[in-house]
Amino acid sequence: MNQDPTTTRAIALRGAKNGAVNPDRSAGRSRGSTILVTSILALVALYFLVPIYWVVIAATKTSEDLFSTFGFWFAPTFALWDNLGNVLTYDDGIFVRWFFNSVLYAGVGAVLATYLAAAGGYALAKYRFRGNNAIFATVLGGVLVPGTATALPLFLLFSQMGLSNTYWSVLLPSLVSPFGLFLCRIYAQATVDDALLEAARLDGAGELRIFHGVGLRILTPALVTVFLFQLVGIWNNYFLPLIMLADSSLYPVPLGLSNWLGQTTRLPEFYGYTTGGVLLSIIPLAIAMIVLQRFWRGGLTEGSVK
Amino acid sequence: MTDARTDASDTARLRSQTPSTSRSAVRTGAVARAPWILLAPFLALFVLTFILPILVAVGSSFMKVTRKGLFGEAGVTESFVWFDNYAQALGDGNFLASIGRVLLFGVVQVPVMIVVATVLALLLESASAKWPGAFRAMYFMPYGVPGVIATILWAFLYVPGLSPIVDVAGLVGIEIDFFAPETVLWSIANIITWTYVGYNMLIIIAQLKAIPGELYEAARTDGAGPWRIAFDIQLPLIAPALVLTTVFSIIGTLQLFAEPQLLATFSPAIDSQYTPNLSAFTTAFAYNDYNVAAAQAVLIALVAFLLSFAFLRLTNRKNK
Repeated sequence: MNQDPTTTRAIALRGAKNGAVNPDRSAGRSRGSTILVTSILALVALYFLVPIYWVVIAATKTSEDLFSTFGFWFAPTFALWDNLGNVLTYDDGIFVRWFFNSVLYAGVGAVLATYLAAAGGYALAKYRFRGNNAIFATVLGGVLVPGTATALPLFLLFSQMGLSNTYWSVLLPSLVSPFGLFLCRIYAQATVDDALLEAARLDGAGELRIFHGVGLRILTPALVTVFLFQLVGIWNNYFLPLIMLADSSLYPVPLGLSNWLGQTTRLPEFYGYTTGGVLLSIIPLAIAMIVLQRFWRGGLTEGSVK
Repeated sequence: MTDARTDASDTARLRSQTPSTSRSAVRTGAVARAPWILLAPFLALFVLTFILPILVAVGSSFMKVTRKGLFGEAGVTESFVWFDNYAQALGDGNFLASIGRVLLFGVVQVPVMIVVATVLALLLESASAKWPGAFRAMYFMPYGVPGVIATILWAFLYVPGLSPIVDVAGLVGIEIDFFAPETVLWSIANIITWTYVGYNMLIIIAQLKAIPGELYEAARTDGAGPWRIAFDIQLPLIAPALVLTTVFSIIGTLQLFAEPQLLATFSPAIDSQYTPNLSAFTTAFAYNDYNVAAAQAVLIALVAFLLSFAFLRLTNRKNK
């Protein structure tokens, strides 16, 4: 479009007046293009689903069938329940333990990290005090620091403090979300009205009560985004637990499964354990992603839109 | 942005200070204390898990531990050695090669991923797509699969004898070796692309949805077709999202670790210094040389910063 903005706006207004009640945001359509576009999308979907499909099939096979039968179809023997039973009972149910560790790290970590980021972001947005900008700039720098760059020195620090190889060594770093603080500050600036806070103050509410009663409620949409980000971030983290944990009973699922994978070259039965474990750990995640994906729209680009 | 904030809090402060009763003094004190109480837990943990480790890393990257006696039994001494560790890290051809390798990886994989994500976002937002919600969910799903699990999945699809892909290709007469020295980097690129395309696509879709509907109306009234609309309206307006996703992808690329580390089980082409992070990990835990590992970690962070800033500068200039 080589039109200047005013003309465009005029045309836009005219369009609106012409009774465009429900403005069509699409780029155009026709029967032919619908078929073409939808088939492209379906082909791409195939790419994303193939590994999942494969592991579902593979988890139903015995270790021998895994290698001797075609990977994209079932083998004559259906061994799914045996395989899953093996996964759940191996080494006194260590897999179940890993799963609960993951839930603990990701669940507790994400809830507390969201609360702390909300309190910090709200404080930076709604109070004027010395050092406000300096703190914000420093934390913002933290967003850009690669997580793996701090993991190594963090290990040295934690081992001096006697914290390495404990739940704390993975949980404590998971409680800090610089990105969350950044998002909450921007969101609090845009949505939390000073007049509302002032009204609460005149009613005699304390500052912390105002934050918990008024601030947190208004911040909820941003909090959902921060929580999901942190949840997935912690659940997927591999480097930090790998460095921090030596005791396999403290492992989260990914670290445990990577251990099993490492044994496959020597002990082929671990192929069966690993595929079964992968299937079991993917099911809750896949469901969560599909259910939660609509929440990701919200605050995701809050930072970039501004 | 900053101005708006300052104005708003200025008014808040003025308001909270104007009532000249004795109670207002108490309240001003409470208002002055409140932000610090709210910030304290975050700041304490931020200092512990970001500031201190960075200081420790920078500090120990300038130190050297010398062990006296054959096995260090006569005690250890720490001395300040200036840039010796950096010189050692940068003098290590394998470490440099690992940086070159991830840069090559990034130059190819990041643009491919961003372009694919953009095309998918545009297609899903066009009226020509049927069931956009279902497709969007399917594309996004791999993002919830931890990198380790995704790598295990694809590793099994790469392993000869286990992989139906290798089988099918063999039937057609194509011999693929996903673990060969010249292919394994792109086998890793595929895993990363599989995991993150949908995530980047969602960010772009969010930006597309923010484009006001009247703009489309106006363009169509002008007789613009779908291609014209994509190139002249949609792409320029989603540029900020593209910049954001590219910067985060660059940072992510430099951190490559889990994928090569796990695939090393199957591919002899992946050595213990395949990526910069793998290099630092090996230096620290296989060679027990934390000082050089710290120097390597600092160098990786510096390269990530430099690339992100260079890219931001470049795109800023283009926009002006």
